[in-house]
Amino acid sequence: MDMNGGQALVKALECEGVEVVFGLPGGAILPVYDPIIESTIRHILVRHEQGAGHMAEGYAHATGRPGVAMITSGPGATNGVTPLCDAYMDSIPLVCITGQVPYAAIGTDAFQECDTTGITLSVTKHNFLVTEAQDIPRIIHEAFHIATTGRPGPVLVDIPKDIVDPRNPRSAMTWYEPTDDIMELPGYRPATSGDPELIRAAAEMICAAERPVLYAGGGILKARAAAELLALAELIDVPVVTTLMARGCFPDSHELCLGMPGMHGNYTAVTAMQSSDLLVALGARFDDRVTGRLDGFAPDAKVVHVDIDAAELGKVRNPDVAIRGDCKLVIAELVEVLRACGGLDAQPDRRAWRSQISGWQERHPLVYEQSEPGELLKPQYVLEVLRDSTPDDTIVTSGVGQHQMWASQYWRFDHPYTWINSGGLGTMGFSVPAAIGAKVGMPDRMVWAVDGDGCFQMTAQELVTASMERIPIKVALFNNAYLGMVRQWQEMFYEERYSEVYLSYEIPDYVKWAEAMGCVALRVEAPEEVAPAINKANEIDDRPVVLEFRSAAEENVYPMVPAGQSNSDIVVDPSQR
Amino acid sequence: MTATSEAAAADHSHRFHTIVTTVENKPGVLARVAGLFARRGFNIESLAVAPTADERFSRITFTVDVASSSLEQVVKQLDKLINVVEISELSPTESVERELMLVTVDVAGGRRHELLELVDDFRAYVLDANQSQMMLSLAARPGRLDEFEERLRDFGIVQLQRTGRVALPSLDS
Repeated sequence: MDMNGGQALVKALECEGVEVVFGLPGGAILPVYDPIIESTIRHILVRHEQGAGHMAEGYAHATGRPGVAMITSGPGATNGVTPLCDAYMDSIPLVCITGQVPYAAIGTDAFQECDTTGITLSVTKHNFLVTEAQDIPRIIHEAFHIATTGRPGPVLVDIPKDIVDPRNPRSAMTWYEPTDDIMELPGYRPATSGDPELIRAAAEMICAAERPVLYAGGGILKARAAAELLALAELIDVPVVTTLMARGCFPDSHELCLGMPGMHGNYTAVTAMQSSDLLVALGARFDDRVTGRLDGFAPDAKVVHVDIDAAELGKVRNPDVAIRGDCKLVIAELVEVLRACGGLDAQPDRRAWRSQISGWQERHPLVYEQSEPGELLKPQYVLEVLRDSTPDDTIVTSGVGQHQMWASQYWRFDHPYTWINSGGLGTMGFSVPAAIGAKVGMPDRMVWAVDGDGCFQMTAQELVTASMERIPIKVALFNNAYLGMVRQWQEMFYEERYSEVYLSYEIPDYVKWAEAMGCVALRVEAPEEVAPAINKANEIDDRPVVLEFRSAAEENVYPMVPAGQSNSDIVVDPSQR
Repeated sequence: MTATSEAAAADHSHRFHTIVTTVENKPGVLARVAGLFARRGFNIESLAVAPTADERFSRITFTVDVASSSLEQVVKQLDKLINVVEISELSPTESVERELMLVTVDVAGGRRHELLELVDDFRAYVLDANQSQMMLSLAARPGRLDEFEERLRDFGIVQLQRTGRVALPSLDS
């Protein structure tokens, strides 16, 4: 069937099962926007290209399907760099289509030209510059294949205008079915199952360990291995920590769950890892925010490391057993081997380890002091009320900073894919667009964006998108008038010399701003107003809602392992010192 | 090989690693490969790229000056590049390495005869000559090129260009 490149691109996206594209048209991508009118694909018109990328990320996180963003050349593409890098750091499957100036004009400093593939080389799993219309179906199929298999990640496809513009003869092509057979990827061989001998070796180490910890990372979610992880933990009765990227992969309410480790992890999770004699790292990458000072991290622990990406094995900590493979398959196999070894009966008596852990839990729970009458709200309290006032499968997104850490600490994640945040890159402004993407992908679920005032000001304009597209997300905006996490560091490490962190409670007026963007908005200032405001927000399902919580500026996130220090030097809440 | 050059070669192999990659013969692939080294601040000491017998693929041979532990990480990351089909590190004892040098030497001082003896000794070739200068070529082990270059300094090197090494595994390795 003869068609033009633009039609072929849209048809190729349909063939990949794409239901929604987040984007914003412009000169170079214009010809692709014409066939979109007839397409079954829903297009969501964003207000800034960064929003398109984060929405696609939120969509991918929540659904497990690749998110798709479509933006134009030059500034459109450069605005998309941050979400691409974010998706790269957090291994999120994304396909980003960018317009490019006509092929013959590339390299001439044409209007809205930039070297998109060059700029995004180091922040994508792979990128393509398509030079012929005939290649479009194949390259789109390759892009989705690369984005979704192995360690997932963002793939960018840069499309010169001439090959999609029906008025240009270079756009002529003959359609063909994009199938796996036509892919030309001789160098791409994603890992699948792990080496059985290494899995047996891992099982032996587990059976010999007296103080083991399962260190579950974001790879568990990417591999959709939550059920396998649960089976493993219960079979051998070993505690689990879930990293910031893995929150929800193991139920927080499970007695074996120790919660989040790391810089702002809880005392027990951090200390159990420090004291362990075996860390079984599953889809985790020993991030510096988890390990603290590396030479002081879990000094007595042997390490079993399972990851689909060989480059993660030994990157930070040398494992005793390194298994390259998909977490779902490797853990399932490990469970089989351990079961054959005798299951729980083959495990040593770990009562001493368990009682040590429960001792830490009793002595060092997460704590905060409730506000006195007349004081501003404690964000931890608001998050507790929000958690208890929403369905337990509510999807929570977050920006980056104090509110992110409190959300991760105080929420109770009992289901996978309910926590969506920017972990690796730490992108402020992630929350609102990510929530929009998640809600588009999961329209029947309640979606709350937890956000700080600093973050909100970076991407709030996407609430206009949400209003116009009728995407009823809810925003819990913690206004503490500061770039709170930076303020906390200046308080603790710069002798309270506050430099460029004050934002103001009053300007902007968040309620008026949210209303101007088509949202319902409420300001909440006292503890007794919190639950009613949340209940009211929960009842609104036809437009976005913003609740501004006026929060105490001086509140700090504890526990904390100061940057560059050992996890053994964890600083607990002042009341526990 | 003289005792000195033997030692020099050993020293060379200790510091330098030769990586051979087979990549798809497509635009931008070299930039991807080189970018991985640049990102970590590793200097590429020498580089040679050309299509293989199968023109869909190119072979990139490069030498880097880096500790083995860091190198292992880079090799793994190189392997992640979609366009990299195969990657291996060649140890000097299990491979054959060759490099080509073109060099123009000053012979104005009447030492033409002495230079031609050196050319014979090293099995180099004279490619061009005039009254005052001579252009030579030598294809040999990189260490041998170093040695030749050292001997030519005495005459006065006007211009010199080396290709960067290429390597193949030895037949019985």
